[in-house]
Amino acid sequence: MTSPEAKLVCRNVWKLFGPGAAEFLAGHKGQPDAAAIAEAGFVGAVRQVDLDVHEGEIFVIMGLSGSGKSTLVRLMSRLIEPSGGDVMFKGENLLKASQARMIEIRRHQMGMVFQHFALLPHLTVLDNVAFPLDIQGMGRAGREARAREMIELVGLGGKENAFPRQLSGGQQQRVGIARSLAVEPEIWFLDEPFSALDPLIRREMQDEFMRLQTVLHKTIVFITHDFDEAIRLADRIAIMKDGEIVQAGTPEEIVLTPATSYVAEFTRNVARAKVIRAQSLMVADTTSPAGGPTVSARANIAEAAPLFLDGVAHLGVTDDGGRIIGRLDRDAVVKLMLQG
Amino acid sequence: MAMQGAPMLATDAAQASPPPIRLPIAWIIAIAVFVAFWLYAKPLAPAAFEFPKAWYVPMARWISSAMKWLIDEASFGLFSFTDLTRFISAVLDVPYRLALSLLSTGFLEGSGSSAVQIVPPLPWIAVIGIVMLLGHWLGGTRLALLAGGCFLFLAVFGQWTSAMVTLASILVAAPLGVLLGLLFGIAAWRWRWIERLVTPLLDLMQTIPVFAYLVPVLFLFGFGPTAAVIATLIFATPPMTRIAILALRAVPGEIIDLGNMVGCTDRQMTWRVMVPAARESLMVGMNQVIMLSLNMVIIASMIGAGGLGFDVLAALRRLDFGAGLEAGFAIVALAIAMDRLSQAAADKLSAPAPAVRHSGLVARHPYIAAALVLVLVTTALGYVMPGIRTYPAALQLSTGTFWSEVVAWININFFDTLEAIKNAMLLNVLIPFKRFLGDLPWLGVIALLAFAGYRLGGWRLGLLTAGLALFIAATGQWEKAMITVYLCGISAMLAMLIGLPIGIFAATRDRLWSWVQVAIDTLQTLPSFVYLMPAVMLFRVGDFTAMIAVVAFAIAPAIRYTALGIRKVDPKLIEAGRAMGCTEWQILTRIRLKLALPEILLGLNQTIMFALSMLVITALVGTRDLGQEVYIALTKADTGRGLVAGLSIAAIAIIADRLISAGAIHARRRLGLE
Repeated sequence: MTSPEAKLVCRNVWKLFGPGAAEFLAGHKGQPDAAAIAEAGFVGAVRQVDLDVHEGEIFVIMGLSGSGKSTLVRLMSRLIEPSGGDVMFKGENLLKASQARMIEIRRHQMGMVFQHFALLPHLTVLDNVAFPLDIQGMGRAGREARAREMIELVGLGGKENAFPRQLSGGQQQRVGIARSLAVEPEIWFLDEPFSALDPLIRREMQDEFMRLQTVLHKTIVFITHDFDEAIRLADRIAIMKDGEIVQAGTPEEIVLTPATSYVAEFTRNVARAKVIRAQSLMVADTTSPAGGPTVSARANIAEAAPLFLDGVAHLGVTDDGGRIIGRLDRDAVVKLMLQG
Repeated sequence: MAMQGAPMLATDAAQASPPPIRLPIAWIIAIAVFVAFWLYAKPLAPAAFEFPKAWYVPMARWISSAMKWLIDEASFGLFSFTDLTRFISAVLDVPYRLALSLLSTGFLEGSGSSAVQIVPPLPWIAVIGIVMLLGHWLGGTRLALLAGGCFLFLAVFGQWTSAMVTLASILVAAPLGVLLGLLFGIAAWRWRWIERLVTPLLDLMQTIPVFAYLVPVLFLFGFGPTAAVIATLIFATPPMTRIAILALRAVPGEIIDLGNMVGCTDRQMTWRVMVPAARESLMVGMNQVIMLSLNMVIIASMIGAGGLGFDVLAALRRLDFGAGLEAGFAIVALAIAMDRLSQAAADKLSAPAPAVRHSGLVARHPYIAAALVLVLVTTALGYVMPGIRTYPAALQLSTGTFWSEVVAWININFFDTLEAIKNAMLLNVLIPFKRFLGDLPWLGVIALLAFAGYRLGGWRLGLLTAGLALFIAATGQWEKAMITVYLCGISAMLAMLIGLPIGIFAATRDRLWSWVQVAIDTLQTLPSFVYLMPAVMLFRVGDFTAMIAVVAFAIAPAIRYTALGIRKVDPKLIEAGRAMGCTEWQILTRIRLKLALPEILLGLNQTIMFALSMLVITALVGTRDLGQEVYIALTKADTGRGLVAGLSIAAIAIIADRLISAGAIHARRRLGLE
């Protein structure tokens, strides 16, 4: 079921902590149950994970602490060696790659942003951002030019010669983002990038992140423990619990049809209007008159609602190309919004 | 110097959790059995009181013959072991000669008395200038003045030549010690098996007294400054290794992940990510290594390091107090200058340097340029005005006679009083205690130690303490070990008796505490040798003198840990106590001291470690304990004897350390702090 545009694919990926985990997994045909794991004295950090990350999407892995989400993202980049399964990156099995090949892939195709920034304290902002390029062996002029470009991109122009400890948390994470983008990665891992920041700054950084993505169109794996953040940023979400993915889908799917009571617990307080998109609520009627007010199919209902203030009863719903693909009725919108 | 007795990790004790003690019935029974055994068993089992000679393990002889074999026969095929030691000496000799020529002798052509000086050494003014520039660069004007003042002191009081010899040794040993320690640390961090190999070795090396290092070095590398540098390296590298391992281990996991994500090779990971990220802690290690090197270089005067240490040693042998004190003051001046400079260097170098991009070479390195100019100008002027090259003798002050007179005056006027104090202590405390310990049956003591270990930390600790004690008995060191225990015990007790009240008193008074802190910090930077001089001056040689010196040296940790423990007590608890209507005395005894108990126990532990390390040095003033044994071995270059005695001291240290640490953990658990 690997879709053609899948950039990163995990198949039956496991991580058990404890000696001899790989043999144990092989002995159970790669599918031990929880009881067997506990009995053998292993800790099942990540269990039986299957997922596809598509080209250009923001794939959010959401889970509470201890759910295995940080381990999973490290398995994807093989910072942690999986106990079993396959991780395919652009069709290449990472787990079969040699040490040298892994270094090559990480140097040129992967970028990562860390929860606590992981800035090198002895380097300036400029040198921190240029660090991955320096490691690759790029010359000073080239790497500094590229680094300046990145610093400009994240809005830190003028801070090039500051040291990390002189910056605020938000600024430090901007440096972390600039650094991870310096190598123009094909896949971008963000491990709880905004969790260590104050709520106001977090919001600001999320907006900044969305702005960057509209420019860059990266393939993104984004880890968070914050369900609202996940809803806000994700194209698709995977929710983890106890090392397993309990549900994966678009924010809409998860909010509208939570798979388990555990997921429902998260979705209960989410404002529907902010999640459900125009295309889900529209009527497939393309006959609305041209020239009337329209809204993008991707826009959520909360964004579409103000357009009804002019007194219109319908909105035309358009696809990315601007073609009208349906009709959004005022009554449907009002009904949804009254549900909360 | 604080590293010397840094608390060892009592992992054994921490893992096995013994049942909590309610009433010390077990202890009472054990002690009663012990006393009964001691009083009544002598006719029945004399072997339990005096270790039978026939059972001795000739460990010393084995070590000596092994060393002899190393020197005479061991070979690696292409070259022999002796070739190796000669090679190491020769390699180390090069930088040492260079440093010495630069600072003291000048560059010579030829050798012996026919040597001709081609290039003179650095003029004293230039050295002071460089030190001040360094101070200014690292810590501003105040540090420059302090460091310059210390060095000026050396010149004015006629200690320049000796001080420069000492400095030359440190300039070679300290950087090498830092480098070696860093490399070992990195290796241990990278490969688990090396760490497993190195850790117990580090624990042991930390407790072996300094003298014991000198014996094998003397045997393998001969007598002379290079051997002294090697001994210093062996002494100063382990703490740096330990610090390096801890520092690397403390680097956040995310930083390691980052290194991997940007595709670092192993080498890039080590040198571009790990070492820079651990820089701050590594710099602390540098300060430690410098101070330890200084301490060791002074002591290594016994195997030919020369310099200030030799002056003190020679003065001690002649009982020339004036000269000894002067050299002692010079050591203090040098120690203070080096400590403050290296501390400032640690601060400065671990904080990132602002990126300044000037164009010119001079503008980029103003300090180096200034130093070069200073050296050139003073050297040139030195040819015209000799006073610039060597400090003019006419301007030298000698306080030696003054101090000798002071001592003479004290002795004339207070001889009887001092003598009375000394004799009273000796007759009423020291000698009875010594007799008591000497009288105890070795078997009973070992059994009691095993019991204590078992109760406090489980059977592993019990086995360890009994095993180590048995080692002492079996190698025929029991009697001397008991003298060590007696001197160490009395001194540690006295240090605690004085240190505890000072600590308690200073702890709750912020201003006073800051002063006390400066005082004990300074005391701790002083090489242990320095403490001998005043004690000998007043009380001449003997156990009492040794005790005074040990107490003076070991009092710093007693004060520090007590005060820190009390200061750490949660202020909310004090407030709660006040709210309940406790008097100040009740707050002190019921809350502060009680909660500070584990910390105070750690202080006791440190005090004992300090006392042991100093005790060995007091062999110079005529004690008869294991330290003396090492000292004698040193004069005879008898490696086996020296090492066995040194290991016995280490065994005592380890027993004390593990038992007290286990006790502290016990206390913490009982107080609900853990």
